[in-house]
Amino acid sequence: MGMTMTQKILAAHSGQDRVEPGQLIMADLDLVLGNDITTPVAIREFEKINTKTVFDKRRVAIVPDHFTPNKDIKSAEQCRLIRNFAHHHEIENYFEIGRMGIEHALIPEKGLAVPGDVIIGADSHTCTYGALGAFSTGVGSTDMAAGMASGQCWFKVPEAIRFNLNGKLQPWVSGKDVILHIIGQIGVDGALYKSMEFGGAGLAALTMDDRFTMANMAIEAGAKNGIFEVDDKTLAYVKEHSTREYKVYKADEDAGYVRVVNINLSDIRPTVAFPHLPDNTRTIDEVGEITIDQVVIGSCTNGRIQDLRAAARVLKGKKVHSKVRTIIFPATQKIYLQAMREGLLEIFVEAGAAVSTPTCGPCLGGHMGVLGKGERAVATTNRNFVGRMGHPESEVYLASPAVAAASAVTGRISSPEEVVK
Amino acid sequence: MIQGKVIKYGDNIDTDVIIPARYLNTSDPAELAKHCMEDLDKSFAARVQPGDIIAAGRNFGCGSSREHAPIALKASGISLVIAETFARIFYRNAINIGLPILECPEASRAVADGDQVRVDLNTGRIENLTSGSIYQAEAFPDFMQDIIGSGGLIDYVRGRMGQR
Ligand code: SF4
Repeated sequence: MGMTMTQKILAAHSGQDRVEPGQLIMADLDLVLGNDITTPVAIREFEKINTKTVFDKRRVAIVPDHFTPNKDIKSAEQCRLIRNFAHHHEIENYFEIGRMGIEHALIPEKGLAVPGDVIIGADSHTCTYGALGAFSTGVGSTDMAAGMASGQCWFKVPEAIRFNLNGKLQPWVSGKDVILHIIGQIGVDGALYKSMEFGGAGLAALTMDDRFTMANMAIEAGAKNGIFEVDDKTLAYVKEHSTREYKVYKADEDAGYVRVVNINLSDIRPTVAFPHLPDNTRTIDEVGEITIDQVVIGSCTNGRIQDLRAAARVLKGKKVHSKVRTIIFPATQKIYLQAMREGLLEIFVEAGAAVSTPTCGPCLGGHMGVLGKGERAVATTNRNFVGRMGHPESEVYLASPAVAAASAVTGRISSPEEVVK
Repeated sequence: MIQGKVIKYGDNIDTDVIIPARYLNTSDPAELAKHCMEDLDKSFAARVQPGDIIAAGRNFGCGSSREHAPIALKASGISLVIAETFARIFYRNAINIGLPILECPEASRAVADGDQVRVDLNTGRIENLTSGSIYQAEAFPDFMQDIIGSGGLIDYVRGRMGQR
C-alpha cells in the first residue's frame, strides 16, 4: 500500500524508506516554536538537560504573543525570561513587540515554514502550517525543551482521513465556514490522533488564507495535523515569503486512509459554532435570534488580510450596533500595515470598532476584551469552550469575519447578505 | 501500584477548564493547583486528596496544548487519569511530565464517583475495590516505557545526548 503525505514526510525525516501508521519514530525537526506561556516552562526543562546551546539557533522561534504587550507584572516576568533566553542563545527568530504577530500568522509570513518541513510548536494551533504542505503539530513545553536541545521529537505515525474537496465557494463563504462545517460533521474527536489530508479539484478555489484557517482548526477535530496538497498557489506563497529550500510530497494513488470524506464546497453556507464546542454548528439560516454583546475579529484563525478585507466590505459606511463592542486585531504587524494602507483600519474606526495591536489577548480571555457574566460574543477565533473568553457563564459563537462583522452591525448573529445589499 | 478514590467527569474535558487561561501568567505548580478544574467543578480543589484518580469519558484534555493542565492535575495530587480516549497533546504532555494515564473505555464508563480503585501501571490492570470489577487497559508500548523509565522525556533526552 502507498503512503499519505504525512507518512512520506515523517519517513524522510526519520531516515526510513517507509513508515506505517502506529509506528513510533524519532524525527528530525526543521523548526521548534514556543510562545510566552509555554516557553518559560520549556526553559525550565531545557536547563535540566546537559547542553549549553540549542540545536540550531536558526531553527528555534520564540514569539511573545499571548499576554502581550504585557498585561501585568507576572506576564512581564514571563516575557523577560524568554527574552533573556533568546538573547543568551542568540535565537535568530525571536520577535519582539512591535515587530511581531500572532505566532501562527507570523511563522509562514516570515518564511519559516515551507512544504515538506517537520515542525513542532508548544501551542496547539501549530497545525496551521499544514496549509503549506508541511507536517506541523502542537506539542507541550517538555517536547519543546527536548526539541530545542536535540533537534528531534518522538511521534506516533498517524492514520489519515482524506478530505476530497470539490466545487467552488459561494459568495460570503470562506475557509472558516468549510472547516466549521467539517468539524460539525465529524465531531471534536472525529480525527483524534489522525492526520486530516485535504486535496481534490476544489482546492484550486481556496486561497492560501482560506487554507491557513482550515489547517489551523484541524486540532478542533482532535487531529494531530492538517495537511494540504501543494499546488501553484502554495508555491507562489512560498516564493514570495521564503528563501529556504522546500520539498513537495504527494500522497500515493493507493495511500491507505481510514476514512474518505467528500466535501462539495458549493453546498456550504456561512456556518456558526454555538457554545460550548466547535462541533456544535448550525448554518446561518438555522441560527435564529441571538443577540450579542461583543464581536471579536482576528486571531491566528482569522486575522489575515483576506479576513480584514471581508470585515471591511461589510462594515464600510455602516455603524457598529449601539449595544455592541467590536474589537478587531490584525494578526501581524505586516498585516496591520497593509490594512492601514488599504484604508481598512479607517473603515473599522469610522464604524465604531476598536482596533488593537497584534496579540492573542481576547481569544483566550487573557486581556483586551474579556467577557463578563452572561455576555455573548461572536468571534472569528477557534474555540468556544466554557470560560474561553472570560467569565465561566459567558458564551462564544464561532464564525467567519463576514458573519462577525454583519453581527456587529445588527447586534445579533446575522448573515452578511442581510447587511450588504 | 496506584490506589485512590475516583473523581468522575464526562466527555471532552478541555484544558481551558482544567486550568483556565487567566491563570497562565504563572507556571508555578502549587499556584496552578489552586485553580485546577474550577470552571467546571468549584469543589475540586477543596475535595481532592493526594492519590485520587480521575475517570472521564472521551477526548480528555482537548484544546490548548498547555502543559500547565497535566501539571495542575499532578500538583493537585491526582495520581492517574483513566479515560475512554485522550486528546493527543494532553497524552504526550502527561507522559512527558510523568502523570500516569490509561485509556480504558470499559473502566472509565463503569467506575463511579467515590469508588476505590487500584491500578497496576506495568500490566494495565484496573481493579475497582468498591464493586469488585476488574478491567484491562493496554499497557504502554516499550518506547514510552523507556521514556517513563528514564523519569520523563527530559531525563531520556539527557541520556541520549550524553551518548552522542
Ligand atoms: S490567537 Fe488564540 S488560538 Fe491563536 S495562538 Fe493565540 S490564543 Fe491560541
